[in-house]
Amino acid sequence: MTVDGDLLDGDAADPSDGDASAPSDGDPSGLTDGDIRAGVRDVSPLLLGIAPFALIAGIAAVDAGLGLAEAVGMSVIVFAGASQLAAIDLIGSNAPLAVVVGTAVVINLRMVMYSASIAPHFADYGRRFRAGLAYLLTDQAYALSVAEFEANSERSRWRYYFGAAAALWVVWQIGTVVGVVVGAGVPDAWGLTFAVPLVFLALLVPAMKDRPTTAAGVAGGTIAVAAAGLPLNLGLLAGAVSGIAVGLLTEVYGS
Amino acid sequence: MTGGSLIPFGGSLEVWLAIVVIGLATYGFRLSFIHLFGRIDEVPARIKRPLRYVPPAVLAALVLPDLVTVRPSVAATLADERLIAGAVAGVIAWRTEDVTATIAGGMVTLWLFRFVVFV
Repeated sequence: MTVDGDLLDGDAADPSDGDASAPSDGDPSGLTDGDIRAGVRDVSPLLLGIAPFALIAGIAAVDAGLGLAEAVGMSVIVFAGASQLAAIDLIGSNAPLAVVVGTAVVINLRMVMYSASIAPHFADYGRRFRAGLAYLLTDQAYALSVAEFEANSERSRWRYYFGAAAALWVVWQIGTVVGVVVGAGVPDAWGLTFAVPLVFLALLVPAMKDRPTTAAGVAGGTIAVAAAGLPLNLGLLAGAVSGIAVGLLTEVYGS
Repeated sequence: MTGGSLIPFGGSLEVWLAIVVIGLATYGFRLSFIHLFGRIDEVPARIKRPLRYVPPAVLAALVLPDLVTVRPSVAATLADERLIAGAVAGVIAWRTEDVTATIAGGMVTLWLFRFVVFV
């Protein structure tokens, strides 16, 4: 809605790839900026969904024997919920390092798609600035920003994205710390770590949106259950890889 | 569910190593096309097509083993508080697509079975 000088500061027009820091900016503090605030405002409903997810990441970390520094270190360095929960789960069951890393990496492969999809919107910024923006890329920040950029071409790309992505980052870190503290005080009988598969379930259901994706989910889950006894916790990877293969086969031969 | 351990997670060092390696790989994925844009503008179809199936396949492979444990009889497999709570949560996820409602519904169902029904 607001224009606030974006067309003047070269957001959309300046092709020179000055490899400097942030694009020039009418409001260096950024905190009172309309586009940043719009990003924060639009992401607020999603923060309500992220907060319990972050709490669970903290709770599960404690349960798996991680300390506060490790839990927060993971939330800052990895900053990708589903992969963190999977890694914590595997660490808790004493899986080998390669399986923990391999599983988390497969889960985060989807970021490549987000990166490709949002890249044109950041094309005019300097390389280092883009490298900073990339760190904050998440499912939610991606989905919200790309939808807004398509609906509103006047919107400052980096400011709107930054507002949404940074708010997610802050809530994620605070939620992790609170989860570690809370998780240490809740009796095991409550089974709070059961919330981990529930989070995945809430993400899974909307991801199965047509025949091939549904087939991928059904196959991935079935194989993972059948292979649950495999050594080195390889059942998860076996399920994931078979699910992807079945999705592709269904796409090709399905209809 | 403990698997064999080539490099078991005994110490903090392995945990930090896992965190750093996962973090670096994830950052590489995030940066990939944002960095390369201009040289490679489109994800090649050969990469894009399988990527579409990563979320449902991986998420289902994460969820189901936590809800289902195959037991000798079908009845014993189905009469599991985690599976029932998961089914309730699945319906809520399907109807509302709300993470918080899904977690709440699943946890409350689990607690009902754990603390009320089977007492």
